[in-house]
Amino acid sequence: MDFPRRSVLTLGLLALLGASPLGAFPASAEPASIVVASTTSTEQSGLFKHILPAFAAKTGITVKVVALGTGQALDAARRGDADVVLVHDRAAEDAFVAQGFAKARFDVMYNDFVLVGPKGDAAGTKGTDITAALRKIAAAKAPFVSRGDRSGTHSAELRSWKEAGIDLAAVKGEWYRDVGQGMGPALNTAFALGAYILADRGTWLAFKNRGDLAILVEGDKRLFNPYGVMLVDPDKHPTVKVKEGQAFIDWLVSPKGQDSIAAYRIGGEQLFFPSAGPVRAP
Amino acid sequence: MTETLHETFARLATLDRDVVAIAWLSLRVSLSAVAIGLVLGIPLGAFLAVTRFRGRSALVGLLNAFMGLPPVIVGLVLYLVLSRSGPFGSLGLLFTPGAMVAAQAVLATPLVAALTRQVIADAEDHLGEQLRSLGLSAPRRAGVLIHDTRFSLVTTALAAFGRAISEIGAVLVVGGNIDGHTRTMTTAISLETQKGDLSLALALGLVLIGLVVTVNAVAALLRGHAARAYG
Repeated sequence: MDFPRRSVLTLGLLALLGASPLGAFPASAEPASIVVASTTSTEQSGLFKHILPAFAAKTGITVKVVALGTGQALDAARRGDADVVLVHDRAAEDAFVAQGFAKARFDVMYNDFVLVGPKGDAAGTKGTDITAALRKIAAAKAPFVSRGDRSGTHSAELRSWKEAGIDLAAVKGEWYRDVGQGMGPALNTAFALGAYILADRGTWLAFKNRGDLAILVEGDKRLFNPYGVMLVDPDKHPTVKVKEGQAFIDWLVSPKGQDSIAAYRIGGEQLFFPSAGPVRAP
Repeated sequence: MTETLHETFARLATLDRDVVAIAWLSLRVSLSAVAIGLVLGIPLGAFLAVTRFRGRSALVGLLNAFMGLPPVIVGLVLYLVLSRSGPFGSLGLLFTPGAMVAAQAVLATPLVAALTRQVIADAEDHLGEQLRSLGLSAPRRAGVLIHDTRFSLVTTALAAFGRAISEIGAVLVVGGNIDGHTRTMTTAISLETQKGDLSLALALGLVLIGLVVTVNAVAALLRGHAARAYG
């Protein structure tokens, strides 16, 4: 029988086909690279795209950014799936260090959260006091979109409700929409619903589908949003690339790295303010 | 809406080399996954079509159900398996294109096997008795039937390719959507949607559809050519 032999040949050819593109993804021959687990706010605001080329040019190290919520990013690092974490939830970061997953945390930069809502501002929140604004939203039962994803922004939101003296569990209703998604999708939802939302300024400035949303509350010092960076402790996960990871952290907090962060602007507005060492004036 | 569409076409003209690289990665990952799916799935499907054994129909039912395996679950399970803390963590495959190939291969294989089984079983209805009367063993009968139905099996391959290249749940979880490394067409479209850049997302969507149509057209041409040459 000649035919079956040809079929076998075809299958063999296919096997080769399958193997050859796989071979085109070299795992070990790559230049030095590290995995950085970070937040959707740093990725979606375009910051990494702006600063990473300078670091790669200087050190030859490729930084692979996996953008997750702060909680997820820390979890990925706990499992050993990242070399460095750059996130924004001070309490969670301190816990990460306390649990022994990192030896130290370094300040990198900060920006702030803003309360965004429809320009009409039916609940009358406009001003500089976040707790007063949240109380008005809850009283009016005005639509509010929550990230609901254990991100740094989500934890800042929950903290603000608490500071406003509002027991979310008790007053939560149809008006409070927990979307469980990143900053961008949550903003898309807020726009669609004409809802209020707490956003980090970086993502807000980079966000393109604003519709009639505008900043209503800003400048409250309780809305301060600091970012920290940590090298995963190689004692926990021996696969952590210590040399390259530390090089990235050293560069981030160096004058060069800090200047690069400060230089990132959208429409003339600075998104992140360097905070390593002495804090510079915005 | 019309404004977005207008912008979309304007953006199409300005798509840069990044998009080409992303499309190329999507194509390589999905074609690799389909190739693996064909190598594993065709023999498995053919074997199930030409043999009779206890539990075979249960296996076939399971295979048919696995055609609908949710990509995000496949992604999650593979994530846990490939994680540094997982059983295959030492491979260092997580957040690499290799992990995405593995995930899509898991999705493609049952689809190929189930569709192949159906195609071969139909052919077996016509030819099975004749082949058995020639005294051919099960593997040889399977071989003859695979060869006989090879043009129908191209459609199976295309279905698997369609499933692989259009899924996002699995590649997003195991690939991590890393810029310049594991960003595929679907994860890029999702990211741009999240950033609120809807016209760019739509433009990328048109590129993806174009890619799928092109692959299908090439397959149809090859099949037509082969059918004329080898009938």
